[in-house]
Amino acid sequence: MAITFTLNGGSQTVDVNPQTPLLWVLRDVIGLTGTKFGCGMALCGACTVHMNGNPIRSCSTPVSTVAGKQITTVEGLSADTTHPVQQAWIEHDVPQCGYCQSGQLMAAASLLAKKAKPTDADIDEALRGNICRCGTYTQIRTAIHRAAEIKASKGGRA
Amino acid sequence: MSMNRRDLLRSGAGLMVGFFLPDSRELFAQQGRGRGQGPINPNAYIRIAADDSVTLIITKGEMGQGTMTSLSQLLADELDCDWKNVKTEFAPVNPALYGNQGVFGSQSIKTSWFPLRQAGANARAMLLDAAAQQWKVDKASLRTDAGFVVNPATGAKASYGSLADAASKVAVPAAAPLKDPKDFRYIGKSMKRLDTKSKVNGTAKFGLDTRLPGMLYAVIARCPVFGGKVASFDDSKARAVPGVKKIFQVPTGVAVIAENTWAAMQGRNALVVKYDEGPVAQYSSADIRKMFAEYAEKPGAVAKKVGDAEQALAGATKKIEAIYDAPYLSHAPMEPMNCTAVVNADSCEIWAPTQMQTGGRNTAAQITGLAPEKVKLNSTLMGGGFGRRGGTDYISESVEVAKAMAGTPVKLTWTREDDMQHDLYRPASYVKFAGAVDAQGWPLALTAKVACPSFFGGGRGGAVDGTAVEGIHTLEYTIPNIFVDWRKADPGIPTTFWRAVGYTQNTFFAECFLDELAFLGGKDPLEVRRRLLGNSPRLLAVMNKAAEGAGWGKAPAGRHQGIAVVNNIGSYTAIVAELSVTKGAMKLHRVVCAVDCGHVVNPAIIQQQIESGIVYGLSAALKGAITIKNGRVEQGNFDRYDVTRISEMPKIDVHIVETNNNPGGIGEASGPAIAPAIANAIFAATGKRLRKMPMKPEDIA
Repeated sequence: MAITFTLNGGSQTVDVNPQTPLLWVLRDVIGLTGTKFGCGMALCGACTVHMNGNPIRSCSTPVSTVAGKQITTVEGLSADTTHPVQQAWIEHDVPQCGYCQSGQLMAAASLLAKKAKPTDADIDEALRGNICRCGTYTQIRTAIHRAAEIKASKGGRA
Repeated sequence: MSMNRRDLLRSGAGLMVGFFLPDSRELFAQQGRGRGQGPINPNAYIRIAADDSVTLIITKGEMGQGTMTSLSQLLADELDCDWKNVKTEFAPVNPALYGNQGVFGSQSIKTSWFPLRQAGANARAMLLDAAAQQWKVDKASLRTDAGFVVNPATGAKASYGSLADAASKVAVPAAAPLKDPKDFRYIGKSMKRLDTKSKVNGTAKFGLDTRLPGMLYAVIARCPVFGGKVASFDDSKARAVPGVKKIFQVPTGVAVIAENTWAAMQGRNALVVKYDEGPVAQYSSADIRKMFAEYAEKPGAVAKKVGDAEQALAGATKKIEAIYDAPYLSHAPMEPMNCTAVVNADSCEIWAPTQMQTGGRNTAAQITGLAPEKVKLNSTLMGGGFGRRGGTDYISESVEVAKAMAGTPVKLTWTREDDMQHDLYRPASYVKFAGAVDAQGWPLALTAKVACPSFFGGGRGGAVDGTAVEGIHTLEYTIPNIFVDWRKADPGIPTTFWRAVGYTQNTFFAECFLDELAFLGGKDPLEVRRRLLGNSPRLLAVMNKAAEGAGWGKAPAGRHQGIAVVNNIGSYTAIVAELSVTKGAMKLHRVVCAVDCGHVVNPAIIQQQIESGIVYGLSAALKGAITIKNGRVEQGNFDRYDVTRISEMPKIDVHIVETNNNPGGIGEASGPAIAPAIANAIFAATGKRLRKMPMKPEDIA
């Protein structure tokens, strides 16, 4: 079945089993591998993307439900790795193995879109579903606070 | 380091300098004794191209521990190149050139400290020679500066790239002088990681990101019981699943090949497989613990004997006994196991996130019947390793599948459930301790009877598997009577290395029991350790640093402290945990960690690795347990195998105690001591001695 949605600003049509999770459509069918497979059950956050600006777990989202919606993946955060969260992540060298970081970045970007200056409690709430086995949590927290500053300095624009 | 074989490799791209690294066994033997002699294999290479780029070929995998960056610092410093020009590539597997390639045991910096610096220094010397010849001046009158050879007398300047071709024609020096550490330009500094940008914009390529033209996707249905085999299967429904291309048996189960990963998983769901479960099906966790307890009463292989502990215990009036135990653990790296392979009649190519490159390649050669040099293994980034990727089981499976699909590239993906239920686990373990204090209350005797499986097939023929007892028999405490022995108790659950290996359980056991002895003697746990570490200045120093940083004995009202130390991987680490227990609920407020890993290469990476080890250790201390029922693992995903979350992250203070010793490891330094530090603090808070990992809320309350 052909399903059309907006992917990172461009129109995208795929012809797949409509039950196929968005994650596997992105990775196997379209070839955007920045979004990661971690658990397949919306338990780890590695597959987080934005649907109409809100974070969703693409591993548990049938592609049929994104028809007509706007999907943003880590590749679409910015054209040149300059989204405030990307800048802050680079400044603080957040990633270790890096595998969970696409999901962490997408969760953080969504948090900042809603709260210009998130507190530690806001960060805990927004990111507690994103597992990092390398334990980069301190750097993630620091980088989100820094990203809020960068974003404010750009007049609140991503 | 002697250079009994000097290579100068020429390539069209410019200078390649061969240099040499003793293999890891030799380095283990020489640890702390500086540069080695003996059989030496070429192990890694520098490449300087005409465009001034400097490429370090990384023979160690990158799984988050920062090798790509820190190894580059060793090279770049002595080479005196511009950091901006440093690039990295993973080495191909080539034992003749590189020796046995793998990444384990926190050895990357330890084994590269001299050879990579020597390589950089030799290359720099060759560039100086080339410039001296070109300018017809004495080499000694020249110097280098960030990628240029400079003649201070004339102001002449030539970039390394412009000299590379000429430098490739001069003789390789035996061993150009190394820098005085005070002149280090990059070593000791928090150079930015070279892989960060690619890891924040989706371009970093992990194993699971491999994509090849015409590639198909595979999953495998495996017997849920360890050691079980496929008896028969019915694939009539599975073949009807849209996208499924082929279904066939492989040694470990039934492979389903499809046009995408999801379709393969759906096909597997539709399979009906009957298994011969085999003997492990008789075991559940309670049986395994019972087996360990029975083994603990049997004679064991002696790992350490000092004085006469049995006699000392018999004559002592103040003594205690205690049983400690720990469960099996899964590694659960964020990237599940996976491997992509294509097998042709006369070749095999593999894309693998592996900690065991040479072993992985050789496994593929065995399966395909090809000569090893006909197998090309491409190392990808690893989404975590933690020892799991030292196993080559998933590579074997991938090659078996690709062999059956000859000519077609196939990516084998393990789901999280596959990964958790077919891991090679951190062994469960059981220890029966006895100990006594003397009339003054100081520890007098300690015995430990350890019963557990081997981590990696050691302990054959009555020998001791060192990894099963490390953390107990390696204790540096000068207790006058110590006896440690081990009996191999193995129900057949597959095991392997797990970040920090035997120390992950034994440091918990030993450091908690030492606390028990301190309290038995009416002593402060820090005071006891200070007295017993008189012959261990490095461990004593980090312990004092952690105690000072934490304000030992001066915790705020309502908070309690516990301390633990560990000496492993050539490094020395101490942790103080500060926590409160309110109405039965434990909150970890602060962790203070001091580490001496000798010379410091990258303080930021060390800090990250210390935090990383603590977070990994915290999951094991408070949450992790793989339980067995009828030979199968009861957990399948993060819902029943929870790990540390951002909301549970304590404040961690890291103190790096730099010394002039050869570097030790760092990736496995901090993990072992967090659990005992917490357990000892819980005792201080509640009077409850927790002797079992994980320490669950219901155990603390």
